[in-house]
Amino acid sequence: MSYIPHTDVERQQMLAAIGVTTIEDLFEAVPSKYRFPKLDLPKGLSEMEAAAELQALAEANEHGGDYALFRGAGAYHHFIPSAVNHVLLRSEFYTAYTPYQPEVSQGTLQAIYEYQSMLCALTGMDAANASHYDGATSLAEAVTVALEVSRHKRNKIVFHPGIHPHYRAVARTYHQGNDVEFVGDGGKAIERATAEDLIKYIDDQTAMVAVQYPNYLGAIEDFGRLVEATHNAGALICFVVNPMALALFKSPGELGADIVVGEGQPLGIPLSYGGPYLGFFAVRDEYVRKIAGRIVGETLDHSGRRAFVMTLRPREQDIRREKASSNICTNQGLMALAACVYLSLMGRNGLRRVAEISFQRAHYAAKQINRIKGYKVNVSKTFFNEFAVKCPKPISEINQFLIERGIIGGYPLEADYPKLKDHMLVAVTEMNSKDEIDLLVEALAEAAK
Amino acid sequence: MTEPLIYEISSPGRTAVALPDVGVPEVELPKELLRKDLDLPEVSELQVMRHFVNLSHMNHSIDSGIYPLGSCTMKYNPKINEDVARLPGFANLHPLNDEAGSQGALALMYHLQSWLAELSGFEAASIVPAAGAQGEFAGILMIRAYHLDRGDHKRTKILVPDSAHGTNPATVSMAGLQAVELPSDKNGDVDLNALRAALDDTVAGMMITVPSTLGVFDTKIRDVVRMVHEAGGLMYMDGANMNALMGIVKPGELGFDVMHYNLHKTFSTPHGGGGPGCGAVGVNEKLVDFLPGPIAEIVEEAGEEEDAPLYGLKMPVKSIGRLKAFQGNFGMHVRAYTYIRIYGGEGLRDVSRHAVLNANYVRAKLRGVYPMPVDRICGHEFVMSGHVEGVEGIHALDISKRLMDFGIHPPTNYFPLIVPEALLIEPTETEDKATLDNFIDVMKTIAQEAKDDPELLHSAPHTTPVGRVDEVRAAKQLVVCCRPIPDYEPQRTPSGD
Repeated sequence: MSYIPHTDVERQQMLAAIGVTTIEDLFEAVPSKYRFPKLDLPKGLSEMEAAAELQALAEANEHGGDYALFRGAGAYHHFIPSAVNHVLLRSEFYTAYTPYQPEVSQGTLQAIYEYQSMLCALTGMDAANASHYDGATSLAEAVTVALEVSRHKRNKIVFHPGIHPHYRAVARTYHQGNDVEFVGDGGKAIERATAEDLIKYIDDQTAMVAVQYPNYLGAIEDFGRLVEATHNAGALICFVVNPMALALFKSPGELGADIVVGEGQPLGIPLSYGGPYLGFFAVRDEYVRKIAGRIVGETLDHSGRRAFVMTLRPREQDIRREKASSNICTNQGLMALAACVYLSLMGRNGLRRVAEISFQRAHYAAKQINRIKGYKVNVSKTFFNEFAVKCPKPISEINQFLIERGIIGGYPLEADYPKLKDHMLVAVTEMNSKDEIDLLVEALAEAAK
Repeated sequence: MTEPLIYEISSPGRTAVALPDVGVPEVELPKELLRKDLDLPEVSELQVMRHFVNLSHMNHSIDSGIYPLGSCTMKYNPKINEDVARLPGFANLHPLNDEAGSQGALALMYHLQSWLAELSGFEAASIVPAAGAQGEFAGILMIRAYHLDRGDHKRTKILVPDSAHGTNPATVSMAGLQAVELPSDKNGDVDLNALRAALDDTVAGMMITVPSTLGVFDTKIRDVVRMVHEAGGLMYMDGANMNALMGIVKPGELGFDVMHYNLHKTFSTPHGGGGPGCGAVGVNEKLVDFLPGPIAEIVEEAGEEEDAPLYGLKMPVKSIGRLKAFQGNFGMHVRAYTYIRIYGGEGLRDVSRHAVLNANYVRAKLRGVYPMPVDRICGHEFVMSGHVEGVEGIHALDISKRLMDFGIHPPTNYFPLIVPEALLIEPTETEDKATLDNFIDVMKTIAQEAKDDPELLHSAPHTTPVGRVDEVRAAKQLVVCCRPIPDYEPQRTPSGD
């Protein structure tokens, strides 16, 4: 099958206009030895054959539509109202490009501006950009901003070990060619590490301290003294946040954050095996001119009507080239639109409600699981919707047992934290009914036998 | 036409979504940790739909008209792609799902990796990078890691032609290396003398776009590759223009060591108003171990009784590391897989043949109307100057804005930088002849208008939702958020230097 519209007659007319005989004549600049190579690829399919093949591949996966899903660790199964997808399927949005030409892109531009405004409201920051690739790359870009703010006089970044391991890894990947020292996350076991432990790493070379809120194990920590120590040392404090938790808990702005980054996936974006997601990035006013990536500003058109446009362009790679601090030239436009529609639909009360239901059901689940013989949950810590469970058997065995009962169990923490052998990270959202939680508890009890 | 902000139609107490009861015994919320403010809009579902549908009407899009934006490959985005990406088995699949329960997704990723590698004559590919710029970054980090791994610490320079995408030099400096700009000769090819002079044992590699950003195949590309290799450097191909190359030439066979693909250009995944995309990278055997991970691999061959092998995710042994959390923009992988599956190998070759046919047709028809700085057979795009002979004061920007009045998206303006008043035109293969003829006629009309009534161009566009916008005002009086932020307690400013 093909989406090429040409007829034979048209092809001939076009070739004649160009002044050649065949399409092949157009490729003479390619060395003949390498021209028109053999392609060892499958034959083309009709749409119905392709659809059937894709359907079969999709059905070969165990997923949150068929299973009770209790896995989070940075990606969460929340309810997505139908209207979100209906807006995303407007091809005026999804088949448009980056809004370089504002006069024919006001739809995209205004939606991004509204998204930025909502993200400011959620995070308590003054400015948000149009997004980065995901939460992890947002953190990597935060490191870049902090280095720039220090005018590259400082090169030390302190990471709380409770930041998602993939995020810390991505930040290290991004900065492997720069002279940056990452400290703070190599020492104590994560379950015992506290924010205060990080204070000793902060010195006059520290450009930024980063923490996660709630942390990777779901806990809400008190960062008060750490924020103070960071600011006293002249460094920036960056919060990596779950935006859904911000519907309930104090905003990072209120807690003193300078930069707030995180994964926007919980805001109306499907799990989709890890992407596309949405890296949000918000800062205080004084750093707005240092952020990489697109940012949309309000302005006027020549007749004085309100209009929107990508602004602060001179910082960008297409103008500053080798002087740009980042090469990012897109955002996750459609995912920012999804979050914007989702937050509009949920609104002030709905979002808080989603967070409350998730909180309550997670606490119910934690309490019930902690009662099962052989399992242990530290219920004394404040947490949002995720918690670590010490299990009586290897997690792979338990999860195998759960799958057979229609449940996708928690994430095995040992993969990222060797000291957390036999620990699983359980996430609960509004998608998990009481019945599902009771089923999980029952199955866990059985699995222990 | 303007649309109020969603906040401007908000009323306290209104809501679009009903949620279930908590349904479990409740615990008390930790009051001292809770926030008081949550400044989100309060609107109904219909208000939301009208708002965003009205906004959508203010966009130009591929589905509403031709989008000949050079270097962006704004081809048709097949609708089946959107449907299959939303299948529950993909959309609801958790990124950290056990591999045994993710075999469909892993098989898809594995095949997509193999097909991309085959199309370009490479050993392997990683589909982790989220965008072209991230693919470039991965490529340059791999080149850097390759030299370091061999104990060669001197190589800190990357050669970049002056015609390159702005991302190329930005990528180089992001990787901690130094970009060295090379001039182009009068044909738009790399100046071999300048290249020779730049090559020494501090050169880590070279980044080059094929066909070049001027839209032409560099006839000396084999010489360029050979010279850089002889000096010990590696060759990076910016694959932004891959739509001209499928089944035409394999970059791996030309001697390139690494390239990136833009799945959102060549392989029809939608641009989404500026993302998401996927900037997969392909490499030859030199760089396989350095690929960004994780990569989908066969971990156990199919036994006699089974139809399929067991797939898993692996980090290559010397990987430059993770570029994203999890394993990439899987939703884009699904769309690109579907696109390749529908076309098949010969179909993809046909895509590039017709992309090049369309570009050359438009170029041939506009010769003599606008100046063509590189007047020769082009690839899938060509560059001309936004100048009309005998008329002063008309710029590429004026022509671009006037095109909007005819329902046509402007070409890329002012890129490549080495062509004054550049207009970079890429029709793509999915545009039919009648649409191209209309575009050509409009371009001729505008050239005539420039002579007869230049003010018509200067004041354009006239029919768009807003007129020319004041970009200077936007940057000066920076307003990037429509809501006041609560004035929290101090803790605000770092007290150090």
